[in-house]
Amino acid sequence: MSDVVVDVVSAVLMLVGAGFCLLSGIGLVRFPDTVSRLHAASKAQTLGVLLVVLGAVLQTPAGKAPSLLLIALFSLLTAPVTGHIVARIAYRTDAVERRRVVLDELATRLVDERPAEGRRPDDREPPAPR
Amino acid sequence: MTTVANIALVLVSLAGLLAVGRLAAGPGALDRVVALDALVTLTVVGAVLGTLARSDTTTGYVLVVLSLLGFVGSIASARLIERREDMR
Repeated sequence: MSDVVVDVVSAVLMLVGAGFCLLSGIGLVRFPDTVSRLHAASKAQTLGVLLVVLGAVLQTPAGKAPSLLLIALFSLLTAPVTGHIVARIAYRTDAVERRRVVLDELATRLVDERPAEGRRPDDREPPAPR
Repeated sequence: MTTVANIALVLVSLAGLLAVGRLAAGPGALDRVVALDALVTLTVVGAVLGTLARSDTTTGYVLVVLSLLGFVGSIASARLIERREDMR
């Protein structure tokens, strides 16, 4: 009985995870610019990996589970870092389609922090030129 | 469970094909970095599912190394692109 329950739960987890992977693949092809493609790709990197690995852990003997859980842990740790760095570089190299952006708070900040504009004395120092 | 793993494997493979399409089409280098990162992840997911489908547990920690290599590769190529744009 409990075997059947574990099988059904793990099958649902794996199928939903694989479905998320497929959705993120579709998004990767159809979305218009780099940051939105990044948004689609990160679904596979977090939710897809996590669900499939959890479904697989339920089906493997206990001795094999640690390596699978390490995969899930590492992709949860690394996907945000990759996403952050790629999105930052996409913004700075103008790979963002500006007319699709509804609210761009960073642009107004970057304009505010330009040293040529008369800044108030309590403003932060502008970032050092790289 | 083998059947379910095989169905899931088909879905992940389709996603991988789409990622390869984006990798080829591209337009910018950053799009290719994103697609390649997704492709590495999909490879890892597919290998996990393949392990289940064939009840063959030889892969083990190789997949951990592969996902970490994908991470390092994405970061390195993204930084390289940034530096190249700075030189213009």
